[in-house]
Amino acid sequence: MTTRQWLLADSPSSKLQANLGRGYRMMHALLRNPLAVVGMVILLVLIFAAAFAPWIAPYSPIGQNLGERLLPPSFEHWMGTDELGRDIFSRVVYGARITLMIVALVAVISAPMGLLIGAIAGYFGGWTDRILMGVTDVFLSMPKLILALAFVAALGPGIENAIIAIAITAWPAYARIARAETMTFRNSEFISAMRLLGASHARIITGHVLPLCTSSMIVRVTLDMAGIILTAAGLGFLGLGAQPPLPEWGAMISRGRTFILDQWWVATMPGFAIILVSLGFCFLGDGLRDVLDPKQGGKS
Amino acid sequence: MPADAPVSKRLQRSAGSIGGFVVVTLLTFIGLLAITFFIGRVVPIDPVLSVVGDRATQEQYDAAKIALGLDRPLVMQFFSYVGDVFQGDLGRSISTNRDVAADLTRVFPATLEMATLGIIIGVGLGVPLGVYAAARQGSWVDQIIRVFALLGYSVPAFWLGLVGLAVFYAGLGWVSGPGRVDIFYEGLVPARTGLMLVDAALAGDWDVFWNALDHLGLPAAILGFFSLAYIARMTRSFMLDQLGQEYVTTARVKGVPEWRVIWGHAFRPIRVPLITVIGLSYAALLEGSVMIETVFSWPGIGNYLTVALLNADMNAVLGATLVIGAVFILINKLSDVLYRVLDPRSR
Repeated sequence: MTTRQWLLADSPSSKLQANLGRGYRMMHALLRNPLAVVGMVILLVLIFAAAFAPWIAPYSPIGQNLGERLLPPSFEHWMGTDELGRDIFSRVVYGARITLMIVALVAVISAPMGLLIGAIAGYFGGWTDRILMGVTDVFLSMPKLILALAFVAALGPGIENAIIAIAITAWPAYARIARAETMTFRNSEFISAMRLLGASHARIITGHVLPLCTSSMIVRVTLDMAGIILTAAGLGFLGLGAQPPLPEWGAMISRGRTFILDQWWVATMPGFAIILVSLGFCFLGDGLRDVLDPKQGGKS
Repeated sequence: MPADAPVSKRLQRSAGSIGGFVVVTLLTFIGLLAITFFIGRVVPIDPVLSVVGDRATQEQYDAAKIALGLDRPLVMQFFSYVGDVFQGDLGRSISTNRDVAADLTRVFPATLEMATLGIIIGVGLGVPLGVYAAARQGSWVDQIIRVFALLGYSVPAFWLGLVGLAVFYAGLGWVSGPGRVDIFYEGLVPARTGLMLVDAALAGDWDVFWNALDHLGLPAAILGFFSLAYIARMTRSFMLDQLGQEYVTTARVKGVPEWRVIWGHAFRPIRVPLITVIGLSYAALLEGSVMIETVFSWPGIGNYLTVALLNADMNAVLGATLVIGAVFILINKLSDVLYRVLDPRSR
């Protein structure tokens, strides 16, 4: 029996085999979607750049060299230099670390939070549901960027606070999805069976409800990533996110604003990085949706 | 519900749905107040400091603490906050030293003007493009809309604004730069509505009008691009649903000309969902204007908000958040109710 056969077995003999088999089938379907592959490649490049930034970047991201300030893109400086003579390409590469960190932390904070709130609301129903969803709807009806701005204003500028603020605005959408998913199977037999076996509510929710909500959650989080990156860059641009000299892309655009009319590359180059990474998440999210959530597929 | 139901009954139903709409909107608004209250009074470590600023003297600090009523329980504080807001009192701004409510009524028209022109561009181009893309699936228009839709999700608005300035203002000289009018036109027309174009037209000063339009064009076009991307994509998807229906085939078989099949048959039923889409993107433009206004030094609510943010002027930040949030909620709920009134199936 080859590995492939083992993975695609119709009656897997262990949980591990079943999970691996499912992952293999998904990967296979995803690789058939050209845009999803492009998205994956972009994200792999992002992760690679973040991980190996010191080896990729030809110059230091914060080392100043006033003799070489505001140089146009050339062979030595692919993206030119900024007003302190720093190599923009090196800063963009290091900026991948910050973007990746923001995106990962927002996902890690907001997705489980939304998942849990939505699952609890859907599982218990009644007043729990009404109150939790009421709060969710109020957050959903607010413009995200404005809400994040107000939170950062109260918390004070800085990258940690920006992450908290974005996470606070991101969870409600996930709570809605998790609730909708939970409602579809809250009365099904396997849940009743668990209850009869004497499992506690906490155990049913964490062990049986949450895992069933994860696939639609992954799709939604991936699709939301572009928006999260734009919000984070916007906060950086306004001077509320990452503080100098951190090479955050939005903050870099903000620094280049002064020179936009003569030294266009200072502000434009980091923008291309933002667009590329956002596009990558959009492509991958669309592909994942087609694979994990076929009912929604092909509509947009 | 049958079409020949008595008119009174139908009116009663829509009155009921409007009553429900008012209640839900009010509840959402109270929720919004709870959030801004929470941001202003609970999140900061020292709410007094965030209101008076860190340059305040000890007396100012103590006076503010009592004026804010921070010695009272949180619930009481919330009730008095809600009372103040409903009376139009949003507190004083430490950076302009005026009432925030007065500041906001002064700056809001500038934002409204930009967002309105933006949505006109977005709808005027987005709907026809979307219909065309659906009618000619796979054509170059269809491809362009796909690219636009993707870019609409992934291009930062402030970046596009800067690039637009560099290309169209500095490079090509097609449009005027930041601000609402050139400096020597400023204050020439009396501010009646606050909308520069309307004011100039009312005063009959067409030089100011064209100059204001010249300044407004680029930021509004950039905002319009973002709504165009969304509106065109949604129009295309609605149209594709309709064009696949059998009544369209029937019309074609009957020999109805193609342009009438598209605009006379297939387009009619999608007008209702399109209203919701347009409402949503109009509300989103108010949000998007925050970034664009900063780039174009546009004296609207977004610029006011970002200046207040940088000065840690909490009353102004919360006031602006509240107004933008309230408008956002109102537009959302209104398009919801319009949908229900106009769509016979949801009655």
